[in-house]
Amino acid sequence: MTGTYLGMPAFPEAAAVSTKNTRLRANLRHATHTIRAKRAAAVAELADWERLRAAGAAIKDRTLRHLDHYLERLESTVTAAGGQVHWAADAEDANRIVTELVRATGEREVVKVKSMATQEIGLNDALAEAGIRAYETDLAELIVQLGDDLPSHILVPAIHRNRTEIRDIFTHRMARWGRPAPEGLTDAPADLAEAARLHLREKFLNAKVGISGANFMVAETGTLVVVESEGNGRMCLTLPETLISVVGIEKVVPTWRDLEVFLQLLPRSSTAERMNPYTSTWTGTTDGDGPRVFHLVLLDNGRTDTLADTVGRQALRCIRCSACLNVCPVYERAGGHAYGSAYPGPIGAILTPQLRGTQSELDASLPYASSLCGACYEVCPVAIDIPEILVHLRERVVEGGPASVRGTRAVIKPAKGHAAERAAMRAARWALDHPGVLRAGQRLASRTRRFHPRRLPGPGRAWTDTRDLPAVPAEPFRDWWQRTHGDGNRSEGKSTT
Amino acid sequence: MSSRDLVLARVRRALADVPRTERPSDAPVDRDYLRAHGDRTTEQTVDLLAENLADYRAIVHRTDAAGLPALIARLLAGRGATSVVVPPGLPAEWLSATDPEEVARIPDTPELTPHDLDAVSSVVTGCAVAVAETGTVVLDAGPDQGRRRITLVPDHHICVIKVPEQVVDSVPQALERLAPERPLTWISGPSATSDIELDRVEGVHGPRTLEVVLVEG
Ligand code: SF4
Repeated sequence: MTGTYLGMPAFPEAAAVSTKNTRLRANLRHATHTIRAKRAAAVAELADWERLRAAGAAIKDRTLRHLDHYLERLESTVTAAGGQVHWAADAEDANRIVTELVRATGEREVVKVKSMATQEIGLNDALAEAGIRAYETDLAELIVQLGDDLPSHILVPAIHRNRTEIRDIFTHRMARWGRPAPEGLTDAPADLAEAARLHLREKFLNAKVGISGANFMVAETGTLVVVESEGNGRMCLTLPETLISVVGIEKVVPTWRDLEVFLQLLPRSSTAERMNPYTSTWTGTTDGDGPRVFHLVLLDNGRTDTLADTVGRQALRCIRCSACLNVCPVYERAGGHAYGSAYPGPIGAILTPQLRGTQSELDASLPYASSLCGACYEVCPVAIDIPEILVHLRERVVEGGPASVRGTRAVIKPAKGHAAERAAMRAARWALDHPGVLRAGQRLASRTRRFHPRRLPGPGRAWTDTRDLPAVPAEPFRDWWQRTHGDGNRSEGKSTT
Repeated sequence: MSSRDLVLARVRRALADVPRTERPSDAPVDRDYLRAHGDRTTEQTVDLLAENLADYRAIVHRTDAAGLPALIARLLAGRGATSVVVPPGLPAEWLSATDPEEVARIPDTPELTPHDLDAVSSVVTGCAVAVAETGTVVLDAGPDQGRRRITLVPDHHICVIKVPEQVVDSVPQALERLAPERPLTWISGPSATSDIELDRVEGVHGPRTLEVVLVEG
């Protein structure tokens, strides 16, 4: 699969470099700490948060257990609404399909709204090879593109840049891609936003082809949903004549009604808002309003391998809110680039080794990029037990065993004595030897965790032999779930507003 | 094998642990979350909407049907607007106090290009529904709202909400009222970004000024 950041060292080496970069750490610390408190406040407004979270998890589980059914349904509803559905088994397949679709329009430029799926498959590079220029229009993606950089956060790919660095990138690079930055640009966020507005306006107004992802696809109605803030999404979804959406197969939800859960969970978890500024939904094409041609490319690229693992499957519930990154002590110190894929942080540590397998040194080291503190699980709006998957993947790395590889059952060789094991050991040592990571981890864990092995499997074992793992929490999500849902004796939530 | 068949075959193989007899509806989904948060009178719900809209930097005005035309005229004049996009089904009286000599009416027609729209000062629309708990207005491209692009390209959007009939408490209640086959735009405050140091800044690509008029009766 493509989308690997080529030449990336395994997690511990990359993390060691970023922990030394004090500016990067300061930027990350500032941004993640700001959002943590806000997220907590936004979540506290909803008395039924835990029930919404349980419903979100249950809807996703239902979908995943019957994914073939919902995908076929989605295909028929999108087609009936005037869209064209394409299927892509892997990144190469998807890139080829999209390139051909763009070529068929005769256009050489496309505008793009931020999409993790296209980042994952390396679409921009594939288009560039075919002589097609893709303009990123999300502010943070623009910063990354202009800076010839890599994204380091799911929601805010340029989180590693502070306002002064952004000002410098705009001032020096905008002219190469189109309209230059205004004279004397300051580093006030409002001025930077204005500079982006001016730079991208012509591109939007002239765009003939838009490329997007989607946050949700509704099987019942054929509706796609994009959740955003800036309006660049709306520009890409409504002004071009042709719209191509590349979406992972796990993004389907069964019914229109299911959106009532996710449109409450997502904004509060990601930007800590009651609602994000703009959400667009569209069903096929609409006469006279928006694109005349709509293509949906359904992407597998390792998702079915993830689905085949009954422990790891829950990673496919992910709605890419990035809450787990923002609370992660390892992410805060290591930075997003150390994870070597489009998916940094805790979700990256469990998703990348499942999508790509654990054969490379980098991917084998990812499950060790954690202190297992459990903060990620507590904030995850779809209750993915990230530590459980981390431990499971550590076992797979060290002991090997059966796994699905590109849709075929295979037996993974144990990494013992291999470079992969050494990388994994170094990652474990890195995460565990950082006092700051551990302190933060323990503080959070003492509040929260139930899933809690007394001894870590694999390389972590030696470490747990000499240290106690943090204490078991009072009432974690699963217990709460059992207590309130297990016996039909449900507690009523109180209202806050 | 086509990619379609390949992907679907992989999915089925991956789900070998799911009993063949299990139907999608057998997988339990409890919907015991709340339909709305809190107990409010209709009036309080409208107040909450106004409060949450303002919290995300929408400028909120309140008036009655008789006062609406003058208010809209005042808002357009206050912006120094020289032109306004008009959706095909916008009630004529809404703009009856606005002098067409001063503020040119631009009807929303398919001939209107994005560049044309970029040269227009303002847009006035109604809405489909508004959500009090989140401070959201939802447009469904109905006759008094027009095509999605007319509320996107101009820099100033005046959106009229009929209260209380167009106001609901919550996201679940809003979805019940909306038709999935229509293209929807959910708007919560003016365009904004959290991309610089994860802090919200208003004003990127969508209208930088969102004025919401709550009109009674
Ligand atoms: S794993 Fe959970 S918390 Fe992390 S991005 Fe996905 S949904 Fe959000």
